Amino acid sequence: MGIDVGGTHTDAVLIEDLRIKKKAKVITNERDLLDSLWRVTDDLLREENPERLERVVLSTTISTNAIVQGKTDRVGMILVSGPGLSPSLLRINEDCHFIPGYVNHRGMEIAGIDRDNVSRIGERFQRDGIDHCGIVGKFSIRNPQQEIEIRETIATHVRHVSLGHRMAGRLNFPRRIATTFLNEAIREIYTNFVKQVLDLMHLRNVSVPIYILKADGGTIDIAQSGEFPVQTILSGPAASIMGILSMVESRDDAIALDIGGTTTDIAVFAGGVPLLEAVGVTIFGHKTLVRGLRIRSIGVGGDSRVRCEDGRIVIGPEREGPAAAFGGPFPTPTDAMIVLGLTSIGERERAKGALLPLSRHMQCSVLEAAKTIFEQTCEKIASACLDEMEAIVNRPVYTIHEILEDRRLEPKILYVVGGSARPMAFRLGEMLGCPVYIPEHAEVANAIGAALARTTAEMTILADTEQGTLTIGEEGDRIVIPPQFTREDAIGIAKEKLRERAIKMGAKEEDLEIEVTEDQEFNMVRGFYTTGKNIRVRAQVKPGLIASLRT
Amino acid sequence: MLKKERKTGLIFFPAFDWAISPTHPEREERLLYTQDQVFEEGLLDFDSIIEFKPGLATVGDVNRVHICVPDTRSVITESHLVSAGGAITAAEKVMKREVDNAFALVRPPGHHAMLVVRGARGFCNVNIEAIMVEYIRKHYGPRRVAIVDTDCHHGDGTQDIYWNDPNTLCISIHQDGRTLYPGTGFHREFGGPNALGATINIPLPPRTSDEGFLYILDHVILPILDEFKPDLVINSAGQDNHYSDPITDMCFTAQGYALLNDRLSPHIAVLEGGYSIEKALPYVNVGIILAMAGLDYSNVREPDYDPLTIRQSDEISRYVEKEAAEIYTLWEKRGLMREKLIGNVEYVRRKKPVYYDTDGISEQQEETVRVCTDCGGLVTIASAADTGNRIFAVIIPGQSCPACRAKGEEIYTETGKDKYNYVYLQDRERDIFLVK
Ligand SMILES: [Zn+2]
Ligand SMILES: [Zn+2]
Repeated sequence: MGIDVGGTHTDAVLIEDLRIKKKAKVITNERDLLDSLWRVTDDLLREENPERLERVVLSTTISTNAIVQGKTDRVGMILVSGPGLSPSLLRINEDCHFIPGYVNHRGMEIAGIDRDNVSRIGERFQRDGIDHCGIVGKFSIRNPQQEIEIRETIATHVRHVSLGHRMAGRLNFPRRIATTFLNEAIREIYTNFVKQVLDLMHLRNVSVPIYILKADGGTIDIAQSGEFPVQTILSGPAASIMGILSMVESRDDAIALDIGGTTTDIAVFAGGVPLLEAVGVTIFGHKTLVRGLRIRSIGVGGDSRVRCEDGRIVIGPEREGPAAAFGGPFPTPTDAMIVLGLTSIGERERAKGALLPLSRHMQCSVLEAAKTIFEQTCEKIASACLDEMEAIVNRPVYTIHEILEDRRLEPKILYVVGGSARPMAFRLGEMLGCPVYIPEHAEVANAIGAALARTTAEMTILADTEQGTLTIGEEGDRIVIPPQFTREDAIGIAKEKLRERAIKMGAKEEDLEIEVTEDQEFNMVRGFYTTGKNIRVRAQVKPGLIASLRT
Repeated sequence: MLKKERKTGLIFFPAFDWAISPTHPEREERLLYTQDQVFEEGLLDFDSIIEFKPGLATVGDVNRVHICVPDTRSVITESHLVSAGGAITAAEKVMKREVDNAFALVRPPGHHAMLVVRGARGFCNVNIEAIMVEYIRKHYGPRRVAIVDTDCHHGDGTQDIYWNDPNTLCISIHQDGRTLYPGTGFHREFGGPNALGATINIPLPPRTSDEGFLYILDHVILPILDEFKPDLVINSAGQDNHYSDPITDMCFTAQGYALLNDRLSPHIAVLEGGYSIEKALPYVNVGIILAMAGLDYSNVREPDYDPLTIRQSDEISRYVEKEAAEIYTLWEKRGLMREKLIGNVEYVRRKKPVYYDTDGISEQQEETVRVCTDCGGLVTIASAADTGNRIFAVIIPGQSCPACRAKGEEIYTETGKDKYNYVYLQDRERDIFLVK
């Protein structure tokens, strides 16, 4: 069973033998997501035996909404920033405390921390009623010891602590701060939600593993997700993209569009694989280290408000309600498509009526106005697709090999899902010069994507044979290695540790498709002698499906 | 510290798969820790810092600047085209006003590469700044350009290329040539007959620190720039003046580099040398990037920074002050020197030995310049090396006068292959490159 609790609708599907057995859709109750879950599973599981379920995957807006709507807890932050960016550029909230100490790029402790100072901050948190604490050090993924020490010192003063180095294995201190902060800020609301979901599933007699979808389109066992709620932000758009992936078979470059009411999400598949954000996703202005699918969202959708400014049509970015044909207050692209006869939904006369004032401004007929709006809507989406592909191709690379390779993207197909998929797909395909495909169950692509997504994980290894240490970024482990340690050894450890991590997160052995995404080795030379090797390996279970739908 | 934010383009190309040799200072590891620091500080997330992928320079871009012997492909590798391409990308972004300034944090470097190239000198094969400058002139029209070379080594390659160009001001500030490679860069090197004063050398004594560098900046470089009125200021941003650099002996700091860049405000900065890859480069580069973007760099310093151990002596301070005064006086007298030095001769000749230390090639060059008041003057170079290959090159300058052009074309036509293995014509104005 796959469930996507979206902003407008909550969708659910039941899949049997990789075929859609049942679909359900209810309006999301924003104030009570549990209620939406209850109703949608009611629909779906009626007349079903819950014992026959193999797994349940849930994609939810709980974390995203908590952040966007500010339903977060106060978090006390302790930052070990050392020299570099000025603290004024790093202050994420009112409760930020910068303490002395420094770990350098090699993970060597250059300046220690003062435990008494940390204790005093802890006491202050306690006095101020701050229960949640984020601890982040610069380069802490290279040596987490200072973060751990601070936690030990402060543990008695606060209820829960998030450590920066556990968030992700990538370098980026400001993002590590933001990610740790958000993780702690939404923890309470998220863990409560998880508890309620588990109760609900219990009441429904569901006793199989339950997973939560993450921003990278992968899953995590719900019981394991409580320590990293921030991973579940923006899982909705990822669900749709994974859904599209499950319903198509191409290994070509492709563009995937989810045209919603307010926005259109654009994803690019390179050789059939959805791309990930280089560093992490951005939510509500916060740049994070959360691994996520690379999805560009533009403020153009079926319900975008259409205005006329100085005789020119402006589409979006705001949505002021449904299309006029459905009783909405303003004309929208959907109204234009209704007038043009591209779709037969809603009340045509109302759509026409809404376009009339616009056509007067434009000094043309209602039909011509509709045509202009439709064309312009498609053009906006198509040009955003081209911009996105250009941005992907122009991503910086750091080796001569990659510069010379200079891979182009040549989309061979355009996949479209979402409310306006049918009326717009053909024209978009013409504009982008490729055939279009609207998957059969496009309206529940998100729930299908959730149902079939596999568990994903990443593992970052840095071996430094001069120091004789190997650091596992995400886990905070540091182990001793011999001088003759090789790149092959590092790859072996990365794969093994990744396997362990993925299994712990709920992956099944048979779904573990591990790939090495980064694999570099540098001779370290001091004076005129080679003193060691600096080996960097990153491995991942890439976003993918446990299986594709049968068609 | 509140400053006006500027949009800065960053072309970061560490060439993680290129080295001169595995243990050479110019090896894969060189920008590894700089990358770590730049990534960890999150610099690429600032709206005012935009990263661009380097383009590839072409052989044509190289031929606009150099005479490569026997031909361009034999003296360069792809890495040089990427590094020069990175500098060109930086220039493009600035010229198209996509950004206010740009930093090409690329390798391999180029400021020791002279006009004639037979191999690598001082880790450099082609001069990436000069390739960039001539690209700008070709695509955006003639520009007055000032290149301020803050690498610890004398920028002898850049000086050689622009020796006769009155529209390119080359200022090099470096550790005294009596104590460091390449052993040149003294006051008396002041530019060719038609470009006197367009080459300025500022040798500084070993152990000069921030104080000395900034004194020279404020009392010599900035005033000269004020008078030269360049359209573009370029910083050849070598980082080997750092107190921790293993192959030099100066006491400049990350904070000093940031201050220098802030005050100099170059349109384009291009990385040159700098081999303290762990203790200096990460911090110096973060400082330069922040300064260029107008962001607060006051907290940038090396973890082992100790102002007392690297303070320059009073003796050095006095020396630097005297030096500054002398150089500025020399600059002011540049007009008078022309008469005194050149008089009424029609041609000025200089002989110079060139040693390609990386490749172990010795070359003898004879450069002849036509004295001209209307343009930079026609230049011809005859050169022979211990590897064989006698060559002759005719260089018609940009914005050349009709007389220099006519003479140049005549010489190229008349010079036969009997005496030389190759004869080259480089017409910088019309962007023509011929070989026979
Ligand atoms: Zn140097
Ligand atoms: Zn002339």
